[in-house]
Amino acid sequence: MKYFNNPDRLVSLLWQLWQGLGVTMSLFGFTLLFSLPLGLALALLRMSRHKALRLPVQLFILVMRGTPLILQVFTVYFVLPMIFGAAFERLTAVVIAFVMNYAAYFAEIYRGGVQAVPVGQREAAHVLGFARSQAFMRIILPQVIKRIVLPVSNEVITLVKDTALVTAVGMVELYRVARNAASTVGSLEPLFIAGAVYLLINAVVSFLFNRVNRYFSYYQG
Amino acid sequence: MLQAENITKRYADNKVLRGVSLRVDRGEVVAVIGPSGSGKSTLLRCLIDLERVDGGRIMVGGETLVDSQAGGYAGKAALRRVILKMGFVFQSFNLFPHLTVLRNVTEAQERVLKRSKREARERAMEVLDKVGLSDKASEYPYMLSGGQQQRVAIARALAMDPQMLCFDEPTSALDPLLTMEVLRVIKGLAEEDRTMLVVTHEMAFAREVADRVVFMKEGTVRCEGTPEEVFDHPEVRAFSSQAPKP
Ligand SMILES: Nc1ncnc2c1ncn2[C@@H]1O[C@H](COP(=O)(O)OP(=O)(O)OP(=O)(O)O)[C@@H](O)[C@H]1O
Ligand SMILES: [Mg+2]
Repeated sequence: MKYFNNPDRLVSLLWQLWQGLGVTMSLFGFTLLFSLPLGLALALLRMSRHKALRLPVQLFILVMRGTPLILQVFTVYFVLPMIFGAAFERLTAVVIAFVMNYAAYFAEIYRGGVQAVPVGQREAAHVLGFARSQAFMRIILPQVIKRIVLPVSNEVITLVKDTALVTAVGMVELYRVARNAASTVGSLEPLFIAGAVYLLINAVVSFLFNRVNRYFSYYQG
Repeated sequence: MLQAENITKRYADNKVLRGVSLRVDRGEVVAVIGPSGSGKSTLLRCLIDLERVDGGRIMVGGETLVDSQAGGYAGKAALRRVILKMGFVFQSFNLFPHLTVLRNVTEAQERVLKRSKREARERAMEVLDKVGLSDKASEYPYMLSGGQQQRVAIARALAMDPQMLCFDEPTSALDPLLTMEVLRVIKGLAEEDRTMLVVTHEMAFAREVADRVVFMKEGTVRCEGTPEEVFDHPEVRAFSSQAPKP
């Protein structure tokens, strides 16, 4: 016990963790903000009738899902500045890598959701005169959302934990703060506190997704 | 009202329609019968652009949907006009599960015909009343029986004020009791002199309601004429004696 019996040290640790949490939550928030809609765009391209649109996206998704996220973070962080010259802000670089990776996963979840809507729905919209885009927005998408709530919640929960990966490029976020504190003082307590924080965030995430899921139970099919 | 000439359609090596011609005049009820796999659904689906023909000509209410001899398929605007001239009722209802009965009937009126909310609602209540379901307006499709769902689907098609209605085996997914309530609604529509094309396995219904019956087999029209003529044809007799009785 090196923290729990030392209030001063504990308060200063909690303050540092709080600041690390800010970085973690920024990464988490920005990643979701951009990857959820980008995933939809990718899914639409992936389902396009035109090969020229479909194939590059298929390749992109293959690479994003087929290689380690940490490698993608390194690539964006170190390789892109070599190509484009200017160095990226650290957070910007990791957000770009995370957004690309998560958008690829979301795209496949959306695509699965769209395919799970019976083809009769699209046909009914067609014979009523809906344009394809109208049919998608008004008829298909609302039914897709109901179907993807649970798989999306899985990804979001994973994202909370994946933010810890960015310690690899030297970002000081929740996990890094805890690890530093643990090694300086030689105690596991900071890591347990950090673990409890991740758990708490994911408890909130789970709660929110359960609410969304419950909302969509007003209809069946 | 509807004229289809020499329609051909194949799926890979399977020649599903081998030169089918069909016409439906204004105010006429035409029933299409025939064994499973003879191409009835495919024909109907071609008429409303759910499937694309390989050859032939389809005209609906003076508008050309496709003419393989002259330019193929019509442009977007003309396709849309053709689709709006026709109402289509599926075997499997295909109601929108996330919308109430009322919104199932108003959604396309508002989005496609650009009717006002009030106008769409009024028209919806009219047609729901016609199919005997105005009291279900605020329920969701899953709460209804199959027969009720199919009647909502009919109301949804009617609300768009089509010039012609197509039914693809509207009662095949229903048990006999529910079949009767749906057939009664369709019969009511026939009595209003609506133009209708009905694919059905209900021989008694075809005999009673249709002005003309078309018998299809193996992708061709084997015979057509008044119900009396067609049901007297030896091939049709052989077929309809096997078909399930209502
Ligand atoms: N999307 C499709 N792809 C490939 N083959 C198809 C497709 N749709 C229909 N077919 C084939 O076309 C043929 C005609 O089918 P269709 O559904 O038009 O028959 P039907 O007369 O409506 O039969 P039923 O009375 O069973 O409804 C069948 O051999 C069927 O296997
Ligand atoms: Mg059929």
